[in-house]
Amino acid sequence: MSLLKLQDVTMNFGGLTALRSFNLELAPGEIVGLIGPNGAGKTTVFNVITGVYEPSHGQIFFMDQEITGMRPDLITKAGIARTFQNIRLFRGLSVMDNVLIANHLHLKANYLAAMLKLPGYRREEREMRERSLALLERVGLADLRNEPAGSLPYGMQRRLEIARALATKPKLLLLDEPAAGMNPKEAEDLTVFIKEIQTEFDLTIFLIEHHMDVVMNISERVYVLDYGMTIAGGKPAEVQNNQRVIEAYLGVNEDVED
Amino acid sequence: MAEHKKRNQILTAVSVLLLLGFITFAENYLDLYIVRILNVCAIYAILGMSMNLINGFTGLFSLGHAGFMAVGAYTTALLTMPPAVKQQIFYLAPLAKPLDQMNLAFPLALLAGGLLAALVGLLIAAPVLRLKGDYLAIATLGFAEIIRVVFTNTQTITNGALGLKGIPALTNLWWSFGTTAFTLVVLLSLINSSYGRALKAIREDEIAAEAMGINLAKHKTLSFVLGAFFAGIGGGLLGNLLGTIDPKMFSSMFTFNILLIVVLGGMGSLTGSIISAFIVTIANEVLRFLDESINLGFVVLQGKVGMRSVVFSAALMFVVLFYRHGLMGSKEFSWDRLLAGKFVRKLMGCFKKRLPEGGCDQ
Repeated sequence: MSLLKLQDVTMNFGGLTALRSFNLELAPGEIVGLIGPNGAGKTTVFNVITGVYEPSHGQIFFMDQEITGMRPDLITKAGIARTFQNIRLFRGLSVMDNVLIANHLHLKANYLAAMLKLPGYRREEREMRERSLALLERVGLADLRNEPAGSLPYGMQRRLEIARALATKPKLLLLDEPAAGMNPKEAEDLTVFIKEIQTEFDLTIFLIEHHMDVVMNISERVYVLDYGMTIAGGKPAEVQNNQRVIEAYLGVNEDVED
Repeated sequence: MAEHKKRNQILTAVSVLLLLGFITFAENYLDLYIVRILNVCAIYAILGMSMNLINGFTGLFSLGHAGFMAVGAYTTALLTMPPAVKQQIFYLAPLAKPLDQMNLAFPLALLAGGLLAALVGLLIAAPVLRLKGDYLAIATLGFAEIIRVVFTNTQTITNGALGLKGIPALTNLWWSFGTTAFTLVVLLSLINSSYGRALKAIREDEIAAEAMGINLAKHKTLSFVLGAFFAGIGGGLLGNLLGTIDPKMFSSMFTFNILLIVVLGGMGSLTGSIISAFIVTIANEVLRFLDESINLGFVVLQGKVGMRSVVFSAALMFVVLFYRHGLMGSKEFSWDRLLAGKFVRKLMGCFKKRLPEGGCDQ
């Protein structure tokens, strides 16, 4: 059974085809990478999966349910969480609140029960706080829980964004360039961290990444996009030596070919 | 912490008692003019808080408040006016049945005004809340104008441009301050719940909020409708305080006055809205001399009607340019913060020895 399946997905913006007949299948428990040069359509893949865009063509299935064109919040509820390429934390709110907010979708109490602080709601609120604190401890941000999220250093904001995504209790986690702007040491730590949370939270992870060390190290399979087309796919070692991938990344040196 | 909590509870209880004592005193002994200003202060506090819920907490730039107030004011007024008075003032065309005979107790009429305003909010929420930023502002501004024009033309319900006169003066300090307290308690309990956090998340980043599983339409509607409800109740209190209302009163200028209160008090601070409602309303009265001629002894400045508005506009510009967070920013009033303030600390300096260690830290 596949966890996520994209069938022949095409995304047009006016005359521009950002993604052309894209096919993808993720098995439960996999870590899969998505690479490609800038503007290849990687983030478009994420936006189509999470419902930010409705694909012009094609279908998306999550756990055998069609989720094509579903509202983003419902897709998150179904079990797909994401982080953003340009970090999108609730900057003015505290670190703790950021994680608490991601628990809100599982809240059973209605707003009247919440306003009146009925026992049922109080129990849920307590559970949300415990869970959030545990998550923050896991990513090493528990001490900073009362700080505004926007005041954290960059690397911590990345980790907070992952903690926030985990708080939605996802089955599939989409990471959009988690190592962007990190030095090699930080990127290496992140690689270990991603592998750890994958087993700890029983996740399937699909990530976009530019750091080749990270992608090749972590991914069991890699898809390569260029100009919205899948140009290669397979095991990291195979992809790395694929001529088309090398050309897409390095360009064709016409002087040498002549 | 526990000690602070107890101290804060005592301070709150004492303040509430003092306030109750003051209201009793004011109702019985104070000048009617001052009582009226205090009433207006409290009503503006309600209007400010309700607008702050929509604009400050949820980040929806809505300018439709005057419309909701008008709905509440007319509903409450029509439901509390005695049938005889109605017959008298609806001389162009009689009031539609069964409104002409209806007469409800004040609290029920207020509630009806709030509920009707909330219903109107619910009806326009679906189309309007799809819009963002400036577009939402324009659409809601348009809505308020539509309400005004409709009320000018529904002769058999609102008495059109003639407005309503002889509305019983049922609003007193107990009602206005009581409703202010009720509004504060209700909105605070929403803001401090998981739903309140969701609203703030929408304000901070709509895309991220939706990606975290927050149903945008549902939560925005909740905020909008609750804001409309309290705007309606505020309008109802105002109508029954002033005694006369007409459609012209509820122009967009009214919305901007409330917006001034919200911005000055701090977007995202309910207690800030209350404080600034009092400051703005009282300043509005104190600065009345600006509209009159001023005799400086050696020169007499000719009074210009509208000078107050100029001063107020300048004040708003000053706040937006240099003091964007307003009085309270997005923080709520708390005893801890007040007692940790510089002024109080100095004042408490001499008692420091008697306080527990670190009693003033925060």
